[in-house]
Amino acid sequence: MTKPVAQALENVRICDFTGQLAGAGATKILAAFGAEVIRIEDPVHRGKWDILRGVPPWVGDARGLEAGGAFNNHNAGKLGVTLNLREPRAKELLRELVAVSDAVTENFAAGVMERLGFGYESLREIRNDIVYVSNNGFGATGPYSPFKSWGPIAQAVSGLTHTSGLPDLPPAGWGYSFMDHTGGYYMATAILMGLLHRQRTGEGQWVDLACIEAAGTLNGVATLDATVNQRPMRRSGMPNSNRSQSPHMAPHGIWRTRGEDEWVAIAVRNDDDWKAMSEVIGEPWSTEKRWEQIEVRLRDESELEQRLAEWAITHDRREIAERLVDVGVPAAPVLKPQERIEFDQRTIDLWVTVDHTEIGRSRVEGLPVSLSETPWSVTRGAACLGEHNVYVFGELLGLDEQEIASLAEEGVI
Amino acid sequence: MPSASSQSVLSGYRVVELTSERCALAGKLLADMGAEVIVVEPPEGCATRSWAPYADDEAGTENSLHWWHYNTSKKSVVLDLDSSSGAQSFTSLVATSDVVIEAEPIGRLNALGLDWEQLSHTNSELIWTSITHHGRDGTDPPSTDLTLLAEGGPVWSCGYDDHQIAPIRGGGNQAFHTACHYAVPSILAALLWREGSGIGQLIDVSMLGAANVTTEFATLWWLNGERQVERQTGRHALPTMSEPTQIQCADGKWFNTGVPPRNRQEFQALRTWIEDLGLAEECGVYEILKLGDQYERIGVLELDEDPLAGEVFHAGREAIEFLGAHLPAYELFLGLQKRGMACGIVYSPDEMIDDPHFIERGFPHKIEYETRDASYTHPGAPYQFSQTPWSATRAPHLGEHQALIDDLLG
Repeated sequence: MTKPVAQALENVRICDFTGQLAGAGATKILAAFGAEVIRIEDPVHRGKWDILRGVPPWVGDARGLEAGGAFNNHNAGKLGVTLNLREPRAKELLRELVAVSDAVTENFAAGVMERLGFGYESLREIRNDIVYVSNNGFGATGPYSPFKSWGPIAQAVSGLTHTSGLPDLPPAGWGYSFMDHTGGYYMATAILMGLLHRQRTGEGQWVDLACIEAAGTLNGVATLDATVNQRPMRRSGMPNSNRSQSPHMAPHGIWRTRGEDEWVAIAVRNDDDWKAMSEVIGEPWSTEKRWEQIEVRLRDESELEQRLAEWAITHDRREIAERLVDVGVPAAPVLKPQERIEFDQRTIDLWVTVDHTEIGRSRVEGLPVSLSETPWSVTRGAACLGEHNVYVFGELLGLDEQEIASLAEEGVI
Repeated sequence: MPSASSQSVLSGYRVVELTSERCALAGKLLADMGAEVIVVEPPEGCATRSWAPYADDEAGTENSLHWWHYNTSKKSVVLDLDSSSGAQSFTSLVATSDVVIEAEPIGRLNALGLDWEQLSHTNSELIWTSITHHGRDGTDPPSTDLTLLAEGGPVWSCGYDDHQIAPIRGGGNQAFHTACHYAVPSILAALLWREGSGIGQLIDVSMLGAANVTTEFATLWWLNGERQVERQTGRHALPTMSEPTQIQCADGKWFNTGVPPRNRQEFQALRTWIEDLGLAEECGVYEILKLGDQYERIGVLELDEDPLAGEVFHAGREAIEFLGAHLPAYELFLGLQKRGMACGIVYSPDEMIDDPHFIERGFPHKIEYETRDASYTHPGAPYQFSQTPWSATRAPHLGEHQALIDDLLG
């Protein structure tokens, strides 16, 4: 017998209203660390407040409310209950659930929890040491607090979109909701900090997480260049995010290689890297003395980039990367989804197979960390709508089967 | 709201960080929430101290803005780990610490007798965090933020409709950030568990893995249906090309139009705004916009079944583009959002920090630099805690807290 594996958050229970990725992504991490995350959904709208519920990409051949692949991924390992909070009895049940929970989490628009009667002050009346974390785009206070946001908007307003692109072109931005992922990471951090503080002092609190402020911390060097040196980011030649401004590196970028939409990324950190690379290229221009100095490579960076483009297009991206890595120069092919998910053995443990009550087995994302004493675990897919009503309202809150059945009949759950 | 606690979230915890651009953010996130984070630098100082840009463009150990940003609220000690006295001091320091964070080349610390396996014996509560390319058991290829984002997935999804243009690495060191964004919750979970069990542990963070699980639909479309997303200018990469969502406004600034109006209230609000601006006659889709009154909601179903719904929906989109051609981006942003429509101005990071909303919330954070007799604005709190506020002080000078080591060795 091996000893039972401990889970870091095995004694934590979360009363969870989160959805989409910015919120659900946070509590997914907590569930993987062993927290009991009880996700509350509205039976009247069949959980569709979360726009990812029941939309493509579909899991396998399944279709419908339970078959959304994104929803299944972001809610893996959580429990699901339904509560129609228009009904006073449902509010009572929610109060009972809050009373036995360590944290309440949500990413509604600002003010929604207040209108439901479950703002922070009301939550504290139920449980004085509750940890409450709200996450929305603009935060709970300030003139834009009613404004709407999701990933691409948070990225636009925070500066992340502007700082991703090439000069004289529109912003390329992030081709996905980077800030939904990252907002979720900050939310998970905030919940855990709140829980840790409570563990040590007995004190609960409210964390007001504005996703755009979290995003606004992610370009700190560019921000300081403006606030300290009065050098605005919006200036000629900028942004150029495939180059490296801090530290200065050259050449540094992404070049087209042989093949259909195939590219290689190369970062020459210093003069030694360049010397090694110039020998790998092995052409008369690459071994010219002038390129040996970073000052020249930076000054004539466009010319150097053009030379490299002409060289790279005749080569294979993997071959370029391997040869450069072999001589100590950072380089990597731009991997396509299939290549990194199916074939990259270095990250193969990330993709885990889970069971889902209705749609069977599917693959979802795990966590890119390993903890020696309390490993994470993701084994169950997202919960079906109301799947855990009996456990939560029965076992946890003490209702008997008949009561639960009549609550369902009355439209309370 | 109740008054603030006398204690910071992480006060009383000591964190030792072996300085590196790869793990600096993890240390900062803990330090700004009250942990005592001691950053251990080599005698010549952290490499990032010699990274441009510099304050006033003057190169110097204390002037790198990279250092300033990533090392707020930390303490600095100098230890030469290659010397026996340095190694000994490090060992003593770790013995008094709760958490170690390091992103050293694989094998280096082990060869010095300073790795987890060697130091955890003297401190069973120690939480040791390694940030490596793809795990402590892996190889250690030369890599940077750029190469990690390229082979980790994000780059594939970012760029332009025109695939002759290179895919794009988003700016700001986000591969390193993302690894730290997984390291910190892992450390906090380990601390919570240690509060009950008294047992520390090893946390092994893969930078390549962190990038891989931070690509949203590129991964989701592959795992569910084996479809490959294609990059598109300023919007989500998807298996098929979608409509543009980025427009250039009258002042030349870019703007994310978000989701155009989809219900009666929104169509009416948009139309009335165009009327109020005196632009109704000029607006080519004004008449079609009126038909929006007929729709409680234009969803996927309506777009599928009712050709007129499609026309009205497109008119809403065109009306926003029309307004953008007449208004500066900021006015369009306020005007649409106040009328309930989600959209975003494309700010640069330094414009965001100057916006009245974030100023009113206290996001811009002044930090004193007493030796320069100045204070400068940093990006502020990523989250606002009601009881245990975030705070940040300037990054330490090289070896500024060396006395800590002297005290330790008595």
